[in-house]
Amino acid sequence: MMSILIGNIFILIGALFLFLGALGLVRMPDVYNRIQAGTKAVTLGSLALLFGMSFLHPDWIPKLVLIALFILLTSPVGSSTIARAAYLTGLQPFTKEKKEKT
Amino acid sequence: MNAVAFYLENISVTLMCCALFLGFWRLLKGPSVADRVVAADTLAIITTVGIVWMAHYMDSALYLDIALVYGALAFVGIVTIARTIEGKQ
Amino acid sequence: MDSPHIPAEHKIGLRRFIIASTMLFIVWLLLVGNLHWSEIVVGLIVAMLTAWLSSHHLRFLDDLIFNKATPWHVLRYLHVFFVALVRANFDMARRVLSPTLPINPAFVEVETHLKSSLGKLILANSITLTPGTLTVDVKGHYLQVHWVDSTPGTDLKHATQAIAESFERHLRELIQ
Repeated sequence: MMSILIGNIFILIGALFLFLGALGLVRMPDVYNRIQAGTKAVTLGSLALLFGMSFLHPDWIPKLVLIALFILLTSPVGSSTIARAAYLTGLQPFTKEKKEKT
Repeated sequence: MNAVAFYLENISVTLMCCALFLGFWRLLKGPSVADRVVAADTLAIITTVGIVWMAHYMDSALYLDIALVYGALAFVGIVTIARTIEGKQ
Repeated sequence: MDSPHIPAEHKIGLRRFIIASTMLFIVWLLLVGNLHWSEIVVGLIVAMLTAWLSSHHLRFLDDLIFNKATPWHVLRYLHVFFVALVRANFDMARRVLSPTLPINPAFVEVETHLKSSLGKLILANSITLTPGTLTVDVKGHYLQVHWVDSTPGTDLKHATQAIAESFERHLRELIQ
C-alpha cells in the first residue's frame, strides 16, 4: 500500500516537471532557451515518472529501465541537433539589449 | 490511502495534458522552423511517457513496447528534420 | 594458449566483438524481462550475430577503457551526472516560474581534452543536461556552449571550463 503512494508521488513529481518543461517552451524568448527548458525538465520529468511507475508495477522494471536509458541517451542528442540546425541557419540568440529595444 | 493515490493520479494526468496543450501551442505558433521542431521533440517525449502511463491505466505490459518503438521512431524523425533544415540554410 | 601470437588487429576486433555482444545481450535481457533458458540461448545467438555483422560500424567502441577501477569510475560519473541533472531542473524551474524571466544568454567555447568522438558525444550530452548550459556544436577540440545566465562581470571562460572539467575528470578514466 505504501509503495503505491510513493509511486504516485514520484509520478506526480514527474508530471509536474513535464508541465514545467512545456511551460518553459512557451515562456522562453528564443529557440536556444526553449531547447534548454524543454530538454532538461522533460528528461528529468520522464525519469521521475518511470521511477514512480516501477513502484506500481515491479514486474515491468526491466522494460522501464530500457525506456529510461533510451530517453536519457536520445533526448540530449536530439536537442543538440536542433540547436546546431538553428545555429547554422543563422538564428540569433536573444540578448537583454534587444528586449529593451522592443 | 487508495483515495489519495486516486487523486494524485488524476492530478498527474491533468498536468500531462496541460503540458501537451502548451507544447501544441508552441508547435502551431513557433515563429521559426526550429521552434516547431523543438516543440515536436518535447511532445514526442511527453507522448512516450504518456503511453507508459496508459500501460499502467490499461494494466497491460504490451503498451511498454509501443512506447519504446514510438520513442525510437520519434527520435529518428526529429534528427532527420533537424538535419534537413540545417542543410537548407 | 598462444595469445601473444595473435595479430594486434585481430585482438582489437575480438575486444570490440565481446563489448558489442555483451551490450546487445544486456539490452535483450532487459527487453525480454525474464531469465528463462530458451530466451538466454536465443539472446546470445542474436547478440553475437548482430555484433559480428555490424563490427565494421562499431569502431567507436575501441575507445572505451576497461580495467578494475571501471565500475568505480562509472558510479562516480553517474553520481556527478545525476546531482547536476536535478540541480539543473530546479534551476530551470525557478527561471521559468519567476515572472521576470531572469535569463542572460551568451555563447561560450569550452575546450575538451577528450580525443575520441564517443567521449565528445557523452561530454556534450552531459553538458546539455547540466544547469544552464546547452551544447550547440562540436568543432574539433572545442564545444560551442549556449549559457543561460552570463551575468556581466563573471569570468565566463573559467566558469564553463569548471563545469566541463567536473565531467571530464571522470570521463577521462572511461574513454580515450
